Amino acid sequence: MDLLDNLALGFSEALQWHNLMFCLLGVALGTAVGVLPGIGPTATIALLLPITFGFDDPTSALIMLAGIYYGAQYGGSTTAILLNLPGESSAAVTAIDGHQMARAGRAGVALAVAALGSFAAGTVATVVLAVAAPPLARAALSFGAAEYFSLVVLGLIASIALASGSTLKALAMIVLGILLGTVGQDLNTGTPRFTFGVRELYQGLSFVAVAVGVFGIAEILRNLHDPRSRTRMVSRVANLWPTRAELRRIVGPVIRATGLGSLLGVLPGGGHVLASYASYAVEKRVSRNPGEFGHGAIEGVAGPESANNAAAQTSFIPLLTLGLPAHPVMALMVGAFIIQGITPGPDVMTEQPALVWGLIASMWIGNVLLVLLNLPLIGLWVRMLSVPYSVLFPVIVVFACIGTYSLGQNPYDVLAVAVFGVLGFVLIRAGCEPAPLLLGFVLGPLLEENLRRALLISRGDPSVFVTRPISGVLLTLALIALVVAVLPAIRRKRDVVFAEDE
Amino acid sequence: MGPGYVPFALGLVLAGLGVAIVVKAYVAPDPAPGEAPADARANDSAVEDAPVDDAPADGGAPSGRAASDADVLDPRPLAGIQWRPTVAVFAAVTFFAVTVDGLGLLLATFGTGLLAALARRGTGPVRALVIAAGLTLASWVIFVVLLQLRLALVGDWLGG
Repeated sequence: MDLLDNLALGFSEALQWHNLMFCLLGVALGTAVGVLPGIGPTATIALLLPITFGFDDPTSALIMLAGIYYGAQYGGSTTAILLNLPGESSAAVTAIDGHQMARAGRAGVALAVAALGSFAAGTVATVVLAVAAPPLARAALSFGAAEYFSLVVLGLIASIALASGSTLKALAMIVLGILLGTVGQDLNTGTPRFTFGVRELYQGLSFVAVAVGVFGIAEILRNLHDPRSRTRMVSRVANLWPTRAELRRIVGPVIRATGLGSLLGVLPGGGHVLASYASYAVEKRVSRNPGEFGHGAIEGVAGPESANNAAAQTSFIPLLTLGLPAHPVMALMVGAFIIQGITPGPDVMTEQPALVWGLIASMWIGNVLLVLLNLPLIGLWVRMLSVPYSVLFPVIVVFACIGTYSLGQNPYDVLAVAVFGVLGFVLIRAGCEPAPLLLGFVLGPLLEENLRRALLISRGDPSVFVTRPISGVLLTLALIALVVAVLPAIRRKRDVVFAEDE
Repeated sequence: MGPGYVPFALGLVLAGLGVAIVVKAYVAPDPAPGEAPADARANDSAVEDAPVDDAPADGGAPSGRAASDADVLDPRPLAGIQWRPTVAVFAAVTFFAVTVDGLGLLLATFGTGLLAALARRGTGPVRALVIAAGLTLASWVIFVVLLQLRLALVGDWLGG
C-alpha cells in the first residue's frame, strides 16, 4: 500500500518529539500574532517566517511553518469573527456571518465552530491529499487558460450570492474590484496602468491594504457613526460552546464544504479563494431558512471555514506538483521552501518523500494542536470584545498601519489603507458591499491573464470559451447563475430576505 | 489585445452598470434594506445630524423610526456622515504613512494613536494622550522587542 507507506513515513517524521515541539510552538506563535487586531494571516506569516530561517533541518523548519500557518489562519479567523477584520480573502466570507454572531453575543460559538469545522475538514482533506494527489494533479494539468477564465467568471457571478442588497450593485462592485486589480504593470507588455506616474503603484495595490481598508477601517468608521458602539462592541456574551443542536446543524455544511474545498483547492491559482465563497453560496442555497445568512447563520461560518481549510490542504497538490502557490500565504511558504533549498515542483515528491509526507502529516498534526490549544482559549479571545471601544479601535488602527507597512516597508500601502477605508465606508453607505469588490480584486488579475492567454493561443478566436467542453459547461453555469440572480421575481424575494442590516 | 483592452472593456461594463443603477433608482427603488430584522438596530437613536425627514418614501420600511436611520436608508450616501470620526481616522492612517520613514516608528505610532483616539466623540485630549502613549509602548514591545521587526524607531528626519 503506497498510501499507508507514505502516510506512515510522514507521521514517523512529523511525530519526532522535536518536530512536534516546533509545530506546537509555531501554532502558539501564529495564533498569538494572528489575533492581534489588524494583523492578518499574511502579515502574521511574513512576521514569523524569519524565525524558521535559522533551522538546519529543513523538515523541522517546514513543520514549524505549518504550525505558524494554521495558527495564523485561525488567529485571522478570530479577528474576522470578533472585529470584522479579515486579513485574507477567504476570511472575508467568515466575517459576514461570524461577525454578526459575535454581535449577537455568540462569538464563542462562532470561534468553536470555526475550529471544529476546520479540523474535521482538514482531517478528511489530508486523506484526500494522500489518496488523490497524483490523479488530481493530472486533472489540474488539463485545465487550460480557457477553462480557468470560465471558472473565474463562474466564481465571480456566484459571488453575487455574497451580497445581500441589490444585484446590480453587487455586479458593479465585482467589476470595480477587477478594475482595481488591473492597477500596476501589465503582465504581458509591462505597460503601467492607472499608476499616474507613481512608481509605488507599479506593483499594483496590495491585497492586504485593500482588505484592511474596505473591511477594517470602514468597519471602524461605521462603528464610530453608530451610537450603540459608544461603550462596548458586545456587552453580553451568551454561551461559549455550541449546543448539541448547533453541532448537528453544522454537520451537513462541513461535509459539503470539505468536498467542495478539496476539489477547488486542487486548482492552481484561485481555488482556495473560490472554495470559501462557493461554500457560502451553496449553504445559502440549500439552507431551509436562507434569511439567516448575513445575520449570523452558523452554517455561514462552519461552511466557509471548513472549505477554506480543506482547500488549504489540497492546494499543496498544485504547489508540490506544479510549484504553483494558490494564494499569497502559499507564496510566502514557497519563499520559505526556497530559503531551505527546496524548489517546489514535480521532483520534490519523488526526491524528498520524507519531507513532503512529513509536511503533509504535520499539517494535520498542526490542526490537532490548534484545536487543543485554542478551544480552551476561546473565552480569552472573546474577552477582546469587552475592551472599551474607545481603546480598541485606536489599537486596530495602529496595528493595521504597522502590519501593512511591515509587509513591504512601503508607506504607499498604508496610504492605500486610508483611501480604501473611506471609500469602503462610503460604498457601504451607498448600499454597495465590499465582499464582491474584494473577490473581484483578488480574481481580476487571474481573469485577465487567462482571458488574454486563451485568446492568444486561439489566435484571437473567442469561440474557444464555448467549444472547449469544460469551459463551455462552466460558462453555461455562470449564465444560469446570472439569470437566476437578475430575474426580478426571484430577486425581489432575495432582497427582502438577504438585505444586510448595516 | 493591448494592455488597455481589459480595463477599457471593464470601464464600459462598469459605466453601463452605473447607468442601470441610476435608472433603477428612479424607476423602481430597492425595497428598503430596513426590512432586514429590525431588532438589529431597533434601539438606535437616530444619528444626530441625520435628516430625519428625508427617508425615501418607498413604503418598504417597517417603521418611520428605523427608516430614518441615515445608516441605511438615506439615499444620499454622504448625508449622515459625521466629519470628526471620518476625518480623524483618515488623518490617523495617513499620518502613519507619511511619517513612518521620517519620524520613525515611535513618533508615527504616537501620532496615529492620538489622532485615532480623538476620532471618537467623548474621548477627551487627556484620555487620548494616555491611549496613544500606551499604544506606542505596546507596539514597541510587540513588534520591536518580541517580533524583532526591523523598523527604525527614530526616523531619518530626526537623524535616526
